[in-house]
This record gives sequence, structure tokens and C-alpha cells, in this order.
Amino acid sequence: MPLTVQKISNGTVIDHISAGRGFLVMRILGIAESYSDRVALLTNVPSKAMGKKDIIKIEGRLIDKKTADRIALLAPQATINHISNANIVSKKLVEIPSQIDGIFKCPNPKCITNAERVTTNFAVEKNQKLRCHHCERLFAAEELVA
Amino acid sequence: MSDLISMRDLSRNDVEAYLRHAEKMEKSLRSSSPPKPRNKIVATMFFEPSTRTHMSFWAAAERLGCRAISLSGDKSSSAKGETLSDTVRIMSGYADVLVLRHPLEGAARLAADVSSVPVVNAGDGGNQHPTQTLIDLYSILRLKKKISGLSVHLVGDLRHARAMRSLLYGLSMFGAKITLCSPKALAMSDEVVREVQEKFSPSIRTTHEINLRDCDVLYVCRIQKERFEDQYEAARLQDEFRITKEQISAAPDDLAILHPLPKIDELPADYDSDPHAKYFQQASWGVPVRMAVLDRVMGV
Ligand SMILES: [Zn+2]
Repeated sequence: MPLTVQKISNGTVIDHISAGRGFLVMRILGIAESYSDRVALLTNVPSKAMGKKDIIKIEGRLIDKKTADRIALLAPQATINHISNANIVSKKLVEIPSQIDGIFKCPNPKCITNAERVTTNFAVEKNQKLRCHHCERLFAAEELVA
Repeated sequence: MSDLISMRDLSRNDVEAYLRHAEKMEKSLRSSSPPKPRNKIVATMFFEPSTRTHMSFWAAAERLGCRAISLSGDKSSSAKGETLSDTVRIMSGYADVLVLRHPLEGAARLAADVSSVPVVNAGDGGNQHPTQTLIDLYSILRLKKKISGLSVHLVGDLRHARAMRSLLYGLSMFGAKITLCSPKALAMSDEVVREVQEKFSPSIRTTHEINLRDCDVLYVCRIQKERFEDQYEAARLQDEFRITKEQISAAPDDLAILHPLPKIDELPADYDSDPHAKYFQQASWGVPVRMAVLDRVMGV
């Protein structure tokens, strides 16, 4: 029997997330135990294009461009669908940003940004790897979100 | 205004400009007339002891005719909890250039972002020490008249030594033929090698055995014992990876041996007076190179 999740009437559906990355995308969205609205995370959903994919449905919340770009670091093929009155009102592909400011903590314990209050900045290099503006170390996106 | 924070910020043209300027400075040091006094103050801020680097910057400032003032770790207000950003903002009101050494990585970049005067990175933890790399490149150029096409062997603790990572970057930029030679456990990180390969596509060979037959420049560094959890393992690797007189005798006659110093026992005992040993000369070139750096960042 297929596993089904109710359609949402207002909110966002993030589709085509690389399989297994849904949990990390939830972190980027800041969705944790205390979140009060309905959220569904479906993982390893069969997909023609991707083999398997993850899907996230969030009721009552629209995803802004900045958040969408951050999702692109983990799931470059993701699509963001905004839903209003049970209809898709916009469908967008995510775009990998060239810079990320002030969101992620640098995983390098010896980085000055972990000793002093300063806005972190990461430049996005090849393969969605991120280089810290301060300590110049290169990290995979998962390392920053974890 | 320009800073000197990382080799990564420099183009080959920038590096060549520094090296040419250093040559001019070296010539000026040989002249008997004292430097023209300038109304400039160089502030050295050392939050980590490094007497050699500190003295060399200090000497460079004085030789340029500038005055030097100094703030060192224990005496500074960082003990009272002042942030580096605040200390830098204050010092940049006192001096025309700041020379910063700090144990944390990225400290110099942070300083440059908040300072109103140029900042020179004199070492930020395990990250960058660009004046050391410029001194290394200058030394090779002075000894061999070129860098491109030279066979340069980097030997020792390539995993931990910041000097080696930075030098690999500089040598790749100039098209040297590079051999990376280390114990297996202390190899250069793949990430660093991949980065220079993508940027400069240099010729890089990796080996775990010292063989100097084709070597023009041998650059040795010590095993960085303080970075090991297992001190016994560090001592074992140090014993295993010592360069012998036999290995050196296999090299071409005009082999030059460089070392960022301090050295422990990587090289044969009583080797310092050997004609191949150029590391003290290399250290002395620190002054003209740092003069060139200070002069350029202050705006010639
Ligand atoms: Zn960092």
C-alpha cells in the first residue's frame, strides 16, 4: 500500500531533494521539536529522474530566496513549490549561491570566528564546497549544517 | 591601501613585484648611507611568541627608516578579555601598518577587515605565513636565478607544516617541478594538492623515499612534534626521516638546502658549514623581503 501524506493547502513543498538529505534540509529550515505547524518529511520516495528522492511539506510557511539558496548547497536539484488554496502558485529551482554570510558556524575549532563574535562568511567553490573567509579551510556543505 | 594576508590573494604578478622590490631593498642594505628617516610607525602585534619573525620585522622596519612599536601577547589587553577586533581598531589609530602574529586561524583576515591601516600577516595558526613563502621564493631565485623548471623537493612533515603548504602554492605558481616527500602518515593533504593542480597544473610527484638524484633545491622542515598526540610516534618518525650525507652526495653538485628554521636534527650533524647549506643565508634574506613587504603595503 502506498505511503501517502495529505496534501497541504497553504505552504511549501520542497521536492527532488537528494535522497537522505531531507534531514539536513530540515535543519536549514530550522525545523526542530518545538516547531508547531504540520510538517512532513518523506524520504527515499521512488523517482523517475533521481531513483530515490526526499520530499518535505511544510504547512503555513513560504521559503524565501536566501533559504532556498542554502538548500541548494545540499540538494542542488531541489524544487520549491509554493502552495496557496491547494494550488501550486510558483515552482522554482534552487540556485547555488556564490557566498553565504552569517549563517553557518566554522567547523574548524582553531578558526578565529569561534573565539570572537564575528559574522562568518563562506565562499562556495566547486562541488558545493565552502571555504571559510577567515581560516581559508574548505568544507563540505554537510559539515557546516551538521 | 593593501594588506598581505594570504598567498591565495596574490597573483604571480603581485609575487614578482614583491620579489623585485626585495632585490632593491637588498641592494640598499649594502650601501653605507643610513636610510632616510620616514614619519611612519610599524606596530608589531605578537600574540604568540616567535622571536625570530618578530626581530626580523623589527629590523626591517628600522632599516626602512621607520619606527617600530610592539605589543606582545602577555602584556596586551587580550588577557583582560578585549577582543582582537577592538585591539586592532585601537592599534590602527597609533601606527601606519600592523604586523600580526596570532595562534588562531583567520586572525589576520579579521584584523584586515576592521583595521584602518594595512595589515601584514606574520602567521595565523596553521593557516598562512605569506612573508615566509616570499622569503623562500626569493632565496630560490637568488641562489638559482630562476624558479620555473627547477626540481624542488619538499621533505619532512608535509601534513602539519604550514610553510610547506604555502611554498607548494608559490612553487606551483612559478612552474617548478615539485617532489613531495614525507613519511606516509605525514603526507600533504589531498585537498591542498588538488587546489594547486586546479589553479596552476604544476608537475607534482609524491614519494615516501628520499632520493635527491635530480634535486636542485632541497627544502627540509622538522617533524612538528607538538602536533602529535603520540610523542613516541613523533620521535620514531623523526628518527626514520633524517637526511643522510649519502643521500645528499647523490644530488647534483650545486644542490641548495633550505630550511625555515628552527631545525632539530633533520640534517646531518655539523652540516651548517657545508657549501650546500643555505638556510642561514635564507634567514638573512628575511630582512630585505620584509622591508619590501612593509614598503609596498604602506604604498611606495
Ligand atoms: Zn574558519
